[in-house]
Amino acid sequence: MSLTPTEFDYLEKKIGRKPNPVELQIVAAEWSEHCSYKSSKKHLEILPREGKRVISGPGYDSGVLDVGDGYVITVHIESHNHPSAVEPYGGAATGVGGVIRDILSTRPIAILDGLRFGDIEQDTHARWLFKNAVRGIADYGNCLGIPTVGGEIEFDGYFTNYALVDVAAIGFGKKERLIQNHADEGDFLVLIGGSTGRDGIGGSQFASDKLEAENRSAVQIPDPFIEKLVIEAILEARNQNCIKAMKDLGGGGLSCAISETADALSVGIELDISLIHKREENMSPSELMVSESQERMLVLTDQEKLSTLQKICEKFHVPYSVIGRVTGDSMMEVKAEQETIARLPSEVVANAPLLDRPTSKPKYLESMELTKKPSTPKNLSEVLLKMLANPNIASKHWVYTQYDHEVGIRTIIKPGSDASVLRLDNGKFLSVKIDGNSKHCYVNPRQGAIGCFDEACRNVVCTGATPIGMVDHLQFGNPEDPEIFWTFKESIQGITEYAKYFEIPCVGGKVSLYNETDTGPIKPTPLIGVLGLIEKKPLISKTIERKDFLVLVGKTKDELGGSEYYEYIHGAIGGKCPVVNMKSSKDNQQSVLELINQDLVQTAHDCSKGGLGVAVSEMCIRNEIGCMISLDKISAQKIRTDELLFSESHSRYLLAISPKHIKNTKSLLERHGVVHEIIGRFLGSSVVFKDGKKILISVRVDKAREKWLNSLESLVSHG
Amino acid sequence: MKIVKVAIIVFPGSNCDRDMNHVLSDVFKLDSQLVWHTDPLPNNVDAIVLPGGFSYGDRLRAGVIAAHSPVICEVKKMAERGMPILGVCNGFQILVEAGLLPGALLKNTSLSYICKWTEIIVKNNKTPFTNKFKLNQRIPIAIANGEGRYYADKETLKSLKKNNQIVFTYAEEINGASMRIAGICNKEGNVVGMMPHPERSAEQIINPTNAKPASLIFESLLKTLGVTA
Repeated sequence: MSLTPTEFDYLEKKIGRKPNPVELQIVAAEWSEHCSYKSSKKHLEILPREGKRVISGPGYDSGVLDVGDGYVITVHIESHNHPSAVEPYGGAATGVGGVIRDILSTRPIAILDGLRFGDIEQDTHARWLFKNAVRGIADYGNCLGIPTVGGEIEFDGYFTNYALVDVAAIGFGKKERLIQNHADEGDFLVLIGGSTGRDGIGGSQFASDKLEAENRSAVQIPDPFIEKLVIEAILEARNQNCIKAMKDLGGGGLSCAISETADALSVGIELDISLIHKREENMSPSELMVSESQERMLVLTDQEKLSTLQKICEKFHVPYSVIGRVTGDSMMEVKAEQETIARLPSEVVANAPLLDRPTSKPKYLESMELTKKPSTPKNLSEVLLKMLANPNIASKHWVYTQYDHEVGIRTIIKPGSDASVLRLDNGKFLSVKIDGNSKHCYVNPRQGAIGCFDEACRNVVCTGATPIGMVDHLQFGNPEDPEIFWTFKESIQGITEYAKYFEIPCVGGKVSLYNETDTGPIKPTPLIGVLGLIEKKPLISKTIERKDFLVLVGKTKDELGGSEYYEYIHGAIGGKCPVVNMKSSKDNQQSVLELINQDLVQTAHDCSKGGLGVAVSEMCIRNEIGCMISLDKISAQKIRTDELLFSESHSRYLLAISPKHIKNTKSLLERHGVVHEIIGRFLGSSVVFKDGKKILISVRVDKAREKWLNSLESLVSHG
Repeated sequence: MKIVKVAIIVFPGSNCDRDMNHVLSDVFKLDSQLVWHTDPLPNNVDAIVLPGGFSYGDRLRAGVIAAHSPVICEVKKMAERGMPILGVCNGFQILVEAGLLPGALLKNTSLSYICKWTEIIVKNNKTPFTNKFKLNQRIPIAIANGEGRYYADKETLKSLKKNNQIVFTYAEEINGASMRIAGICNKEGNVVGMMPHPERSAEQIINPTNAKPASLIFESLLKTLGVTA
């Protein structure tokens, strides 16, 4: 818990004297990688943040998007990786709590989570981490009454003894009620919520280092009931105009919240730590300043509204303390009763000296070219069944049935679909999805990141939504390693390229570095969350009927690097990572949206993990109907049939089209000039893939369903 | 149309109160009000709803702290007067803990929270919340709970049966509940508790099945209160 010698010298120069020990702790917390983004900040600037729906303001903890009729959506994403790797229940639960507090300018309406663990088939510790993280999210989110509507899960040996727990939160409310975040001299500083204790001491530094020891005291303790009361108290205080500015207490505790608020609002803040409501005796000033005890909010209010705010807290039995005032200078001054124990310019504290980390292309990438492709297995039917039972592909119902995904009665399209859809009060609908793919990103960090973005967009498009904004969460190993930092830069450049081409603004994001396991860094794991807006009505899948056509939109290429087929079936890491062709991806997106808007589509499904073989099977399983697919109808070049079945080429959609709409569908797709083929028809009770007359795969749908539906649950329920 | 007043009692930690209010006021056009647990009940209330959620964070046991809240004394008085009272999910747990309904609600046999759609069967169509159903009618409905397994000893189950107090049963085995009970009523029939969420199932748009939504539970209340025939 300290500064580097360079940082120490910089601080000394800036303040013109030696910092005292309390000041040093405050600065060390704020200048941790976790709080300061000192490695990443310079590089994040390339992301496009402007857009016609984007509303931005000083010190917002979340992104804000205008969805019309006076309403806004707020969104934020965070991870809680280090704590979850040590104590998955509490780590994951407080991960939910932290991100929810960032969107309290509006009522929270949805949570999504992305989870990553080691190989749960082999590794019982990974299974333990997985089960407890899920339970932590469930217990916390369910108690708050905020639906967990979706997410994604990946298992990979590169996460052994580790966990990535990402949580995205979405809020909805009136634009006029957004808190404007401003402050005037004399305003009061009120600390609202849970009491301050010794939990989570140094959490931000803990999260800014390799996980070497199990530092449990750095993990925060969850209390969803207090959080629920804090949410209701804050929303009521907002309705009664009692909040001039507010900030969640997250990483770095009070040190961060105070310095960042003062800096963002260009004011000074003076506080007295003896006034803080505490849960433990004899806490030192430094402990109080860096404790990351949960469920706390910092609110700025004025003389006139202070007593109303106090009454609201009392109504909800939310503990609070008035801990300080806004001052006219730009200093943060910390007192213990009369004695000043720290006095620092907030601008200095809030802005760590940024770094220019060196990069170099990782050597491992040279060996990503496979010298010899895996050979075609004899029994492809068996391979398909194995793919469907693969924990990365199998149904995640064991997870999402533990989450209350209905509360709030907005969830029109429920988890388990391509994206989840929430109804909004203005008659519109919001479609949401997060996607990551560490396997692709390992093989090609740039194309992998672009692919995650494309996949998330495809998923919301399949519900009839137009992407209007994105959030990203960039998770990598130790940034001091130039090879890792190279992968970080590549990812961010890829995301930027895609965001600019598709004009999807980045409205929030987070960087999590130092994600290292016992055996090395995690695979690069950028996670992309996409918000889509539906103006009229969403595509709620209609049951696929006998004789409906199966249409494939998009081009299938020999792109199996990082695919589930290569890795899960053949144990081969490497090969050609799927590459997104921006123009055709955009054309495909627009064409599919147009088809949906013209009511020509029964159901649309994104083709991603496990490729065509898996995607078609999933459609059949959901509709309990068979399908006959002719692979020879696909105009792909120089590609083996097993590659055709399991390639993970992006920008592809599978559409079920009723015979009465097939002509119009075809002519629309032709008009747009997008690659498409009618590759099959739904009938019978088996999934059958043919190449000409030769039957490659024939699997009964009920058998496929059994594998797909039960494999994950049976894994976790047997230890 | 007659104006009918329904009080939805909100405890610290209730989280389905606003959903219930939306359905009662926006969908069924009743004069429903959210009533904070320390506030007095409004005058001339016609019915009371205890909504779902995690009152007091489910501390000690689901519903037990709220059951000792002063407002519950008022609810008991109204129950004695025969007023229609509905407890949903945590509201059901509170009614049981308050002694307004017999039995107990235990952890589901899976030991996990379960959120999904299922079917329940109407076993008593004489209550104020079921009088528009046919006997044995099936209702697709959302469930969401961790402590939803209804339990009662043999004697109690016997008397529940004898007095026609079993209102809903699950069509499938779901959480290990005694006799698959999903909802019961008091002897008089005016106090009904159920684990499934009718407010999440009353609008077609949110219902993933094509079957008639659980809106008849609310339509029954309208009939009971004389708003509709």
